[in-house]
Amino acid sequence: MSTLTQSAPSAPKTTVYPPGHEPVHNYLRQPAPPAGAKGLARAWFHARTWLTSVDHKRIGIMYLISVSVFFAAAGILALFVRLELFTVGETIMTADTYNRVFTMHGVIMVFAFIIPSIPAALGNFNLPLMIGAKDVAFPRLNLMSLYLYWIGVLFMLYSLTTGGVDTGWTFYTPYSKETTTAVLAVGLGVFIAGFSSILTGINFIVTIHKMRAPGMTWNRLPLFLWSIYATAIVQVLATPVIGITMALLALERFIGIGIFDPALGGDPVLFQHFFWFYSHPAVYIMILPAFGVISELMGTFSRQKVFGYKLVALSSVAIALLGFLVWGHHMFTSGQSPLSSVVFSMITFLIGIPSGIKIFNWVATMYKGSVWLQTPMLYALIFLFVFTIGGVTGIMVGALGVDIHLHDTYFIVAHFHYVMMGGTVMAMLGGLHYWWPKMTGRLYSEPLGKLSALLVFLGFNLTFFIQFIMGSQGMPRRYYDYPDMPWLEPLHQVSTVGSWVLALGLLLVLFNGIHSLFRGKLAPGNPWGAVTLEWSGCSTPPDPHNFHATPLVTHGPYDYYAIFSGDGAMAAGGTAPIPDVAVGAPQPDKPGAETN
Amino acid sequence: MTDHAATVEEPDVRDGAHGHEHHDVMVRGYDGKLHPAHLQHFFATPQQQFEASKLGMWLFLVTEILLFGGMFVAYAIYRAWYPELFAESSTQLDTLMGALNTLVLLASSLTVAWAIRGAQTDNQKVLFWNLIMTVALAGTFMVVKYFEYTHKFDLGIFPGQHFVMPDGRTIGELGPLADIEPLVLQEEDMAALAQHAPPAAEHAVADGSDASEEHAGEAHGPGAHGLTNPRSGIFFSIYYVMTGIHGLHVLIGMVAISILAWQSKRGKYSSVYYTPVENVGLYWHVVDIIWIFLFPLMYLI
Amino acid sequence: MLFALQDVAAPEGRTDFWTDGGTLWLPPQSSTTAHVIDNAFYFILWSSTILTIGVAIAMVVLAWKYKRKSHAEHPQPVHESKLLEISWSVIPTILVVIVFFWGFQAYVDTSIAPSDAYEIRVDGQKWFWTFTYPNGMVSPNEVVVPAGQPIKFVMTSHDVLHSFFVPAFRIKNDVIPNRYQYVWFNAPEEGVYQVVCTEYCGTSHSNMSAKIRVVGRGAFYEFLASGGAGGEDLPPAEWGEQLYTSRNCNTCHTIDGTPSTGPTWLGTWGTTRTFTNGTSAVFDDSYVNESVMDPGSQILQGFQPQMPGYESMLSDRDVLAIAAYMRRINGVATAADTSLSLPADSTTVAPETAPATLDE
Ligand code: HEA
Ligand code: HEA
Ligand code: HEC
Ligand code: CUA
Ligand SMILES: [Cu+2]
Repeated sequence: MSTLTQSAPSAPKTTVYPPGHEPVHNYLRQPAPPAGAKGLARAWFHARTWLTSVDHKRIGIMYLISVSVFFAAAGILALFVRLELFTVGETIMTADTYNRVFTMHGVIMVFAFIIPSIPAALGNFNLPLMIGAKDVAFPRLNLMSLYLYWIGVLFMLYSLTTGGVDTGWTFYTPYSKETTTAVLAVGLGVFIAGFSSILTGINFIVTIHKMRAPGMTWNRLPLFLWSIYATAIVQVLATPVIGITMALLALERFIGIGIFDPALGGDPVLFQHFFWFYSHPAVYIMILPAFGVISELMGTFSRQKVFGYKLVALSSVAIALLGFLVWGHHMFTSGQSPLSSVVFSMITFLIGIPSGIKIFNWVATMYKGSVWLQTPMLYALIFLFVFTIGGVTGIMVGALGVDIHLHDTYFIVAHFHYVMMGGTVMAMLGGLHYWWPKMTGRLYSEPLGKLSALLVFLGFNLTFFIQFIMGSQGMPRRYYDYPDMPWLEPLHQVSTVGSWVLALGLLLVLFNGIHSLFRGKLAPGNPWGAVTLEWSGCSTPPDPHNFHATPLVTHGPYDYYAIFSGDGAMAAGGTAPIPDVAVGAPQPDKPGAETN
Repeated sequence: MTDHAATVEEPDVRDGAHGHEHHDVMVRGYDGKLHPAHLQHFFATPQQQFEASKLGMWLFLVTEILLFGGMFVAYAIYRAWYPELFAESSTQLDTLMGALNTLVLLASSLTVAWAIRGAQTDNQKVLFWNLIMTVALAGTFMVVKYFEYTHKFDLGIFPGQHFVMPDGRTIGELGPLADIEPLVLQEEDMAALAQHAPPAAEHAVADGSDASEEHAGEAHGPGAHGLTNPRSGIFFSIYYVMTGIHGLHVLIGMVAISILAWQSKRGKYSSVYYTPVENVGLYWHVVDIIWIFLFPLMYLI
Repeated sequence: MLFALQDVAAPEGRTDFWTDGGTLWLPPQSSTTAHVIDNAFYFILWSSTILTIGVAIAMVVLAWKYKRKSHAEHPQPVHESKLLEISWSVIPTILVVIVFFWGFQAYVDTSIAPSDAYEIRVDGQKWFWTFTYPNGMVSPNEVVVPAGQPIKFVMTSHDVLHSFFVPAFRIKNDVIPNRYQYVWFNAPEEGVYQVVCTEYCGTSHSNMSAKIRVVGRGAFYEFLASGGAGGEDLPPAEWGEQLYTSRNCNTCHTIDGTPSTGPTWLGTWGTTRTFTNGTSAVFDDSYVNESVMDPGSQILQGFQPQMPGYESMLSDRDVLAIAAYMRRINGVATAADTSLSLPADSTTVAPETAPATLDE
């Protein structure tokens, strides 16, 4: 069935390990429970070994499971949002319920799903593998980040027991001060999850600086890690500000400090500055890791050096830094001074340039390559198309006069779903398929993967493209009903139907993953023929200690030609590739050939 | 990246570092001593481990500075909007106590630095006693703060809506300040349109000054501070939040340094391994530096 | 409603999508500045579309052309082209510079109100808009303005943030407590235009709408002269019923016995109400007056202090009429409540003898 081409059921067959360093077990294998432990005791033993593990791979997996659960939960809330808008008038819920549902959708998606999604799940799993390290610099801190994240999310979910929170994910004052819903709990959750994000960021920066294997120079750093690095900078610099903002909001509710409360002489617009000072950079926390994943996918599946490696790497850093200077573009109609609006608008556009450089370089990577259209690559191509739409509509709303009309309409909703769902989530799905064999040792079903990618693509565009039109026609966001614009009903209905197609696609992705865990073929060591260290330098799934011998890196992350062609380019350089790297060479057989 | 060069030269040293047990070989290359238990298995060398934790600490301190940075921005903005409010309200802060606390913290910075020096020179006595001194100085700081806070509470100087005006009403009871003085009058001719707004400000202020004359004789009691600006609550919110978070950091520092002192008593730190002492020392300097900014901004100008 | 404008042959606002001069993307341009915004919008829209299609075509062509045929393929590395890299950095730069200036120009051209604009004060509160004319006349949720005249709305909020958005005019600004913001427009055509609230403000955010009725100059003067009040020709209970919807009591109070944001009005007349501070009062005329004019003074048990004060918007007579309406709902209406006998002793605001003129 599979068009995958490896015959070997597992990697070790072709791997040459130094004597005494053969992999004894993979990181997923559990130690034997104490003799006599049965039932609950046994389950507790297994749960405990996982929950106390400081192995970055296990932590990454735990993050992955958590973010997937929250994505599904918030996604289901989104389906309710769409369902409510299916008809004019009350469809399935009251206005108050709707307000809580869309707020919880936004809060969970942003703080419990998308911010930790790629960096904490895929990043944690791959970062040490890709630089040839045994773990991140601070493994226990890493585990603590995970726990803080869980605690933070628990606070957010706790609010559900009191009926959720109804402020929108932006918590604007003075509404967030007056509402009787559980702002305090959610704010605290965001605060704590923020700490988790900061600690992860610190951990990653230090790891990339200090833990690289010999020969892994900055110029040989895989682009995924450049992105993770840029992301970590943003996490470290921006997140403390959301911390203090949430603390001030809590104090505002608790004792009425008045800083953001106009009734006490404070200024609600100041709150917006505080909030966006974090939350705009945060959108780059969401998208930069996605850029990284796309770089890996474009390189591997085109079997080409990523075009303009240096520019792609540095543009991530440029975006991260510029991202700190544009927060005011969320506030063009808020009453901030017109002069600052002008400056913010100008800097906003500058971000389009490094983003464009990336897009063009990725497209160019396919030029004269050998493009293998497997599921991960499909997601990468979907990303290129969809993110470009999201990005250029960002440019539209960044234009001062135009945003006056579009602000807080569905045009904005469409913009940010194109970049978050269409950008980050597509990249996440691509990365997930790409690293799935590495993480689980199993192959998912390729035809099913392709089918679900197609459904996701169609459903996504059906849901959100029409929202651009609704928005520019004047449909405001956060509306439970549109009694004054009943003529929008058919458009809303298209969008709602789209969300069902999208959900079906995602359900198939889920099914494919779970199915592969039980029924999937064993994955070969390097099913995609990638040459980055996580594929070429260690077993699949990796050993608990990742590498038996510290790898010596002698080539760039995308030097497919030099490594595979066997023209002696590497040898001529004087250093022979370390044995593990050679594992990466795929079998020279045809795609589709069933050799099993 | 110096460690890099080093490890490339001695790849065998790196290779020895895997596994749970630390190999003697690996350690001898470093300082000739045996088996430093502190070296975690995923680090190649103690040098790498030291540099990693130091970089991590620096990054953490950056986040601390940004945390306070947000508050300093709020301070700056309100100061720019209401300069008189700040000039007037800051007279209520006790400069003498503030200055005393500045000296205390500076001294404590000196003692931590000394403690680190003690660790580097293997002088356990210097290490231990300077840590103890630091905790004591930090304690002094907190005691002084306690007196400052309680004095203000006596005068009814609470943050935000709980601030007691000279007439005995809290700011929360004044009713919405919205009508007092619109923050930004986009145009002068607005005044005509804003006629609806009752001139509550004049009332409040007038009431206040009357009341403060009445209370003039009393030195204590809520409202006896003579501040009549209805936004005084905001100044003191900023004051309490900033000094409060700073005080929280002092407390955390006290706990951390106490733990260090206890561990140093048990001989955990020496010139071979003193990373935690160094890191907590860095933290303490930052807490100190933040106060160095807070003091003039709040008390002096 | 308050003022019957039968003489104005205007449609009751938009009824369809993509008609009446609207396009697939944008509503009809009903203000003199709308085209400025729209031009910038379309310029970015079309250049972006071309760009996106370009990227998509390049992507599909390359993926197709270089599709992997065998796993033995080991393509030669491509030499990076400086020219290419420079061109795709410089061309977008030029593009965004144009876009910036265009957007900036559109902002400047549309946001500065002409000095001869006629000012109307707008008060936003949960969840309705009140318009106050320079002569003191108050009109909730509907504002009548003359065509072809620059109008400036000077806006503030009484509670949380709101945002005043008129899609057909392409104007929007947040409405903030403690601050005055403004929007302005000049609508050349008579008609009814929808106002919506675009800053989230709680339960009925999606119902916080108003209408701008653009009428001829004559009709406008007539409207001003009427004083905007009304109800003199109605029995109190009926006038109260109109106020119930026109003053938005219905967003929080039902008349069918189910509590909503506020308590229902059914079955409450004459009962004893208990407040959160432990005191209580009987539901009568003076209680209604107090509840409406100073709702914060006593909060009914089981409810939040959500209700706005109506001092500036309801006259004594209005309040009495509302009380009459409550009696009628509860089946205890007096004869006076349902007849015209009650003298119209006071109106909302005594209209000036002469309507305020538009200085042009
Ligand atoms: C992943 C998250 C993400 C990302 C990556 C972005 C990316 C961008 N965003 Fe977006 N944005 C959000 C998430 C994100 N945004 C969210 C969540 C909101 C709403 C928040 C809320 O209110 O709830 C929002 C809102 C938002 C606004 C406020 C709108 C409003 O409320 O009125 C603005 C305004 O400037 C904006 C602009 C941009 C720009 C210019 C980019 C740029 O980074 C895009 C750059 C990319 C490209 C431009 C495409 C590729 C480039 C080329 C192909 C080259 C050629 C292009 C040109 C020459 C133009 N965004
Ligand atoms: C990561 C960010 C993210 C993502 C991925 C999404 C995904 C989706 N969003 Fe959301 N959205 C936001 C972030 C996000 N959103 C934010 C920040 C807001 C603003 C909130 C605010 O205004 O405050 C918002 C607001 C928002 C609105 C506007 C509400 C309003 O203004 O009134 C709408 C309306 O259509 C919407 C719809 C959707 C839909 C249909 C999806 C779909 O893409 C969802 C698809 C996912 C699923 C359908 C789940 C699939 C899972 C499974 C199938 C697995 C099943 C598993 C089990 C059964 C265990 N979102
Ligand atoms: C924003 C919501 C809201 C609007 C609009 C509103 N009210 Fe209320 N009202 C409330 C709430 C909440 C209470 C209960 C709390 C309290 O006593 O203030 C209440 C209480 C009352 C009461 C006391 C009722 C009782 O059962 O004891 C009266 C009378 C009343 N409102 C009249 C009005 C009138 C008349 C209007 C319109 C002109 C109006 N309200 C508009 C929210 C509202
Ligand atoms: Cu008012 Cu939304
Ligand atoms: Cu932004």
